[in-house]
Amino acid sequence: MTRFIINRRKFLTMAGVAASAIPLSGCDAFDSMLSGQSRVREFLASANGLTYRAHRALIGADTLVPEFAASEIRQGQRPNGSTDPTDTDYLALKDAAFANYWLTVGGLVEKPVSFSLDELRNMPARTQITRHDCVEGWSCIAKWTGVPLRQILDEAKVKPEARFVVFQCYDTMNLGLQGAVPYYESIDLIDARHPQTILAYGNNDKPLAVANGAPLRVRVERQLGYKMAKYIKGIELVSSLAPFGGGKGGFWEDLGYDWYGGI
Amino acid sequence: MTITDDIESRSPPKHDDGAVIYRHRIATRVTHWTWAIALFFLLLSGLQIFNAHPTLYIGQQSGFEFDNSVLSMRALQAADGTVGGYTTVRGHTFDTTGVLGMSGPAGDPAYRGFPAWATLPSYQDLATGRVVHFFFAWFFSAAFLIWFVSSLISGHLRRDILPSMADIKTLPRSIADHLRFRFHHDGRYNGLQKLAYAGVLLVIFPLIIATGLTMSPGMNAAWPWLLDIFGGRQTARTIHFLCMAALVIFFVIHIVMVLAAGPLNEMRSIVTGWYRTDKQKNEEHSA
Repeated sequence: MTRFIINRRKFLTMAGVAASAIPLSGCDAFDSMLSGQSRVREFLASANGLTYRAHRALIGADTLVPEFAASEIRQGQRPNGSTDPTDTDYLALKDAAFANYWLTVGGLVEKPVSFSLDELRNMPARTQITRHDCVEGWSCIAKWTGVPLRQILDEAKVKPEARFVVFQCYDTMNLGLQGAVPYYESIDLIDARHPQTILAYGNNDKPLAVANGAPLRVRVERQLGYKMAKYIKGIELVSSLAPFGGGKGGFWEDLGYDWYGGI
Repeated sequence: MTITDDIESRSPPKHDDGAVIYRHRIATRVTHWTWAIALFFLLLSGLQIFNAHPTLYIGQQSGFEFDNSVLSMRALQAADGTVGGYTTVRGHTFDTTGVLGMSGPAGDPAYRGFPAWATLPSYQDLATGRVVHFFFAWFFSAAFLIWFVSSLISGHLRRDILPSMADIKTLPRSIADHLRFRFHHDGRYNGLQKLAYAGVLLVIFPLIIATGLTMSPGMNAAWPWLLDIFGGRQTARTIHFLCMAALVIFFVIHIVMVLAAGPLNEMRSIVTGWYRTDKQKNEEHSA
């Protein structure tokens, strides 16, 4: 058997050639291709539709996320995004301890309705200890109490042509030159009717704190944190997301995030 | 020459050169290059995603009011006021200024986990990192499924990848040969090669796919047992990261071995399938 014997010089030369390829991975070469609304980025993002359909085929409509024991609540719910809105109408509500708060439900419904905070608190509630997953990668376990969104939808009687639930919010996000943009989010009716999808007014056995979205926020437990709008002002049933914001279905979606945040 | 099995086939030797054998089937070659491309983009976009929160934890949740972190990359201000990049691994902190935690030009430092040259895109853009990552994750997983099923059917898996008892017995010799840069080119994988490929293909690839799925809140509803087997979402994230590190190490060794073993012949075999074995007397091979 012949042996392949490599001398040191030859080895170092080849190793050098291989190592010199590493800086080529410097990824600004792809930056322009991936920026904003480029065709390449749009093509790559089309895989998100595949992910959404795969999840819808694989995960039963009412399949619950795991719930945790009270002993797993080891810290406060970490706030993220806007944590202290300074918009005038929100400040007025906050100053009155949300006594004048009304949640409006409209759009493609038979019976537009609105609820005061007391009315919501007097409705049958659901309490769940779940894990909040941030798109950034961190997680936090907390107890959430609120009204199942399904109940609200049933009271308003959703019309058959409705496909999405849009949440309008009190908080605005500053986007520099574009100024302040109101936060909004949307989910489909499968997630809206999911048993764990609640309009939460309680967190860890206390009224929801301002940093976590007081007086009312959404919990969509099978999706990431950015889908769970805080400071909700109103709910609108719609057949298309095009008329809202940048037309992508949410504040973060308009900035390039996927509309389906289940992964 | 006739095409038979992957590494099994032999053809009569041509003058003083070794025999040219059909070494890699089409499925092996196509999936190899799919993985090569997909893993390149998965790594760089994965580091972009990691940079959004460059800390790894053990368990179900990230500890903010308690400490369950195992790795963290941060910019910190030292006592003398200078800012540097620091990496903490299980309580031990290392100065990694210039690479991890803080990088970029001295006049305009960037406070980020991995430096700009290691992420895709180079600037901070979690949304695009996710778009790239999930696109190539589909290709990576599809290639894995195709490779696994076809290798199972063709016998490639049993014959060439899974180490036999004989392979295990010759491992010490195989290791000694590798350390001396002595390679036997009979077209078959030795024990060390089988172990490396089996480790990557049958352990790390399924593990990195499964831990990736465990990070999905949707998949947690569908398959809650994923959380049980990996010990929580944050542990799965940590394992996902460790699998990435193992694949990077494998890649470096893989390239060095290809270069050491004769890059043209190796490249030809993984592109066309045909591989030239050593000159004569290769009947008594080490496998």
